[in-house]
Formats: sequence, C-alpha cells, structure tokens
Amino acid sequence: MQENFRIKRHEVEKSDESYFQGVKDCIPTLLGYLSIGFAAGVVGKTSGLSIAEITLLSLLVYAGSAQFIFAGMIAANGSATAIIFTIFFVNLRHLLLSAALSPYFRHLTPFKNILIGSLLTDETFGVAMNQTANKKSISEKWMHGLNITAYLNWIIANIAGAFFGQWIKDPHKLGLDFALPAMFIGLLVLLMVSRAKIAVDVVVAISAVVIVVGVTWLSSASVGVILATIMASSIGMVVEKWK
Amino acid sequence: MIIIGAAVVTFLPRVLPLIVLSRIQLPEWGTRWLKYVPISVMAALVGQEIFMRDGELIPLQNNFELFAAFPTFVTALLTRSLLGTVVVGIISIMVLRLLF
Repeated sequence: MQENFRIKRHEVEKSDESYFQGVKDCIPTLLGYLSIGFAAGVVGKTSGLSIAEITLLSLLVYAGSAQFIFAGMIAANGSATAIIFTIFFVNLRHLLLSAALSPYFRHLTPFKNILIGSLLTDETFGVAMNQTANKKSISEKWMHGLNITAYLNWIIANIAGAFFGQWIKDPHKLGLDFALPAMFIGLLVLLMVSRAKIAVDVVVAISAVVIVVGVTWLSSASVGVILATIMASSIGMVVEKWK
Repeated sequence: MIIIGAAVVTFLPRVLPLIVLSRIQLPEWGTRWLKYVPISVMAALVGQEIFMRDGELIPLQNNFELFAAFPTFVTALLTRSLLGTVVVGIISIMVLRLLF
C-alpha cells in the first residue's frame, strides 16, 4: 500500500516537471506576449522597419522593451552606438533576473544554462519564481517548455503586428507608441511591490526621473538614461546603507 | 548590423549570471548596487518618455503622456497585471488625443 502511494507521488512529481507542464504553465502569460508583441510589430513597421527586420529582431533580440527602443531610435535617426548602449542598459535588468534564477540551475552544465538564459524574459522569470516555493532546483525540461512557448508566441505576434502595421496610416492616433512607457510603468510597479524596500525604491525612482530630465535637457537622451541609471542606483545604495 | 549588436547586448546579461554566479561571488556593494539598476533604468525611461520631447520639457497643459500615465499607474497598482496596464495606457492616450 505504502509502496503504491510512493509510486504515485513520484509520478505526480514527474508530470509536474515535464516539458508539457511548462507549456501549460506559460498559458496565463500568453495574452501579454501576443498583445505586446503585436504592438511591437506595429510600432516597428510604422517606424520604417521592414517585415524581415521585425522578424529578425523578434527572433534574435526577443525583448519587448529593447524592440520598442530600437524602433523609436531608428525613427529618430539615433546612432548605432546610442541604440546599442541604451538597449544594453535597459536589458541590464535581465542580469538580476538571471542572477536570481542561477541557484535553481546549478545542476546543469554551462551550455544548458546558456540555452535557458537566452530565452529568459520578465514573464517567464515570474512564472519560474512562483514554481520555486520550497524547491531547490527547477526542471530543465519544464523551463524549456515555458521558454519556448513564450518565444514562439512572441515571434508570431510580432509578424502579425508587422503585417497589420502596413494598413495603419496614423499610429499616433491609436496610441500604440504609449505601449512602451505603459509597459515600463507596469514593470516598475510590479517590481517595487514585490520587494520589501518601497521607500528606498521610490527615492531611487524619483531621483532617476529628475536626473534624466535634467541631463536630457543639458545633453542628449541616451546620455540622460545612462547617467540617471548610474547615479540613481548609487543613491539607492547609499540611502539603504544610511537608514 | 545594429540588430546583431542589439541581440548581443540582450543575450549577455541574460546568460552570464546563470553561468558565472555559481562560481564567483560579487562583492557585497556590487549586488546592492545592481539591485537598484532595474528600478532606476525603468524610471529614467518613463521620465524621458513622459516629460521630454526632442530634448525639451513638454509644456504641462499639452502633456497628454503625463495625464495618461496616471490611470496607467493606478491600473498597475490595483491589478498587478502587465497586460491590463498596457491596455489602459493605450486607451487613455487614445481618448486624450481624440478629444483634444
């Protein structure tokens, strides 16, 4: 009897960690990927990128924020260096996601960690972190199921948006350009409520806004973002110590 | 070319910590500093999008982006949903641009 029970429990654990379970656990986030991906496709197209370029971006870059910035800066004739720098800084947040996940993938080889990390997003990170409650590691297959489902949906949504973007004469009227700041507002709020240091975080966020406005006014937009990031993060570090 | 560059700078931060952090430990201040980077970079981008256009401050009474940011922010706080936040943001700015 006890033997039987043990086998059953083993099976449950197995199915919990399968590739297909990862696909299933991705479903709640799909609407988000589809709509933001669609918006990214439309904005890319109306900023003058070709459908091929948009497809390539979604395949290789696979990051909503980076793709919006890319489209916006291309439309504003930004230099290659400025575009790549800004995207690098925006994506630095992935460092933290990746760092936070690393303890759960210690059982894998570096190469397998590359495969998992290269498809990491804010949403798959969120889903994966929910899985980690009282667990020491995350199943590799499950993580691939989650990541690949999200990835495929993202690419499809981008291409659909790029096609649809051909018929949109005035994207400004539809407000799709606001998808980027809205997404950042959402990510910012979600991140801040998920950590225990709201007071310091608010100080950091306000400093970043003040610095970016000042520096952008004096110098340029990309210098503004970089300086504001470095200075506001340092302010956060100091304020935290001080309290 | 820019696409490749963008791909590389997205790939590295995603992958490096997963590989490296199981071996090397960052100094304590480094991890603390890193903790604030996502907040400050996103706040900076929002601030730039909302307050600035072509390197100048947007006059307050014409700043639809700023007005649309309020319902967007409230939605994020109340629903904790990224999708809901983006949808409310887009609808708010659409309505504002339609009306004025």
